[in-house]
Amino acid sequence: MTLYLFYFLSFLAIFSALLVVFSKNPVYSVLYLIITFFAIAGHYILLDAQFLAVVHVIVYAGAIMVLFLYVIMLLNLNQESEPHKSTLLKVAAVASSGLLLTVLIGALRGVSQVVPKTGGPEIGLVKNLGQVLFNEFLFPFEVSSILLLAAMVGVVMVGKDEEKI
Amino acid sequence: MKIPIEYYIWLSTVLFTIGVLGVLFRRNAIIIFACIELMLNAVNLLMVAFSSYHNDANGQVFVFFIMAVAAAEVAVGLAILVMMYRNTKSVDIDILNRLKG
Repeated sequence: MTLYLFYFLSFLAIFSALLVVFSKNPVYSVLYLIITFFAIAGHYILLDAQFLAVVHVIVYAGAIMVLFLYVIMLLNLNQESEPHKSTLLKVAAVASSGLLLTVLIGALRGVSQVVPKTGGPEIGLVKNLGQVLFNEFLFPFEVSSILLLAAMVGVVMVGKDEEKI
Repeated sequence: MKIPIEYYIWLSTVLFTIGVLGVLFRRNAIIIFACIELMLNAVNLLMVAFSSYHNDANGQVFVFFIMAVAAAEVAVGLAILVMMYRNTKSVDIDILNRLKG
């Protein structure tokens, strides 16, 4: 049963990822990416990372993709104004990424010596994650707040209209 | 039934390669950005898989930080893109390939 769910979510993720790349309209690409993110969140729930699945949906599908859609609508991009690379470059792109896939899968051939799954389903709950986050990762947690502040300041400075300074 | 770890490694590899294909294939800078996010998510999936298989919560906490950094990066990158669109009226990377204004 878990295996069928895994196959369904995997094929959904791979299929929508391919549609992200090959879809002509940029709005459709972003929507397919949202479907991919939901499939990956389903995988997180299968892997006992329940809190991370919800955070993933909220942050990625709820904030980052909405930002993408805002920018696409602001720039008013649609299918007719979409530029394309020449066919030779497209074939070269597909060939290069096919070679990369071959190299990576060839390099990861004999990796089944990992220990079998030992974790229980409570590893991804908020309490356990919170204990690890605030005991061992306290300093990166505080520093990431400074990172977000810097990003906010940077975005406002870059996006400012120049006549109104 | 436990899903073997190789399945997750292969799924993450395929998603990462599709992200690389998207960066090479498209000319629209926003879709290239979206494919970079796809690559980050493939890596996130692999880290969560290993965290679950080794019963170690460090992997999931690291995915947290990757998500925070990705959110900041998307905000800054899209702001730069909007600024470049204001200057050159295009998001085609073949036109944006010169550093001099």
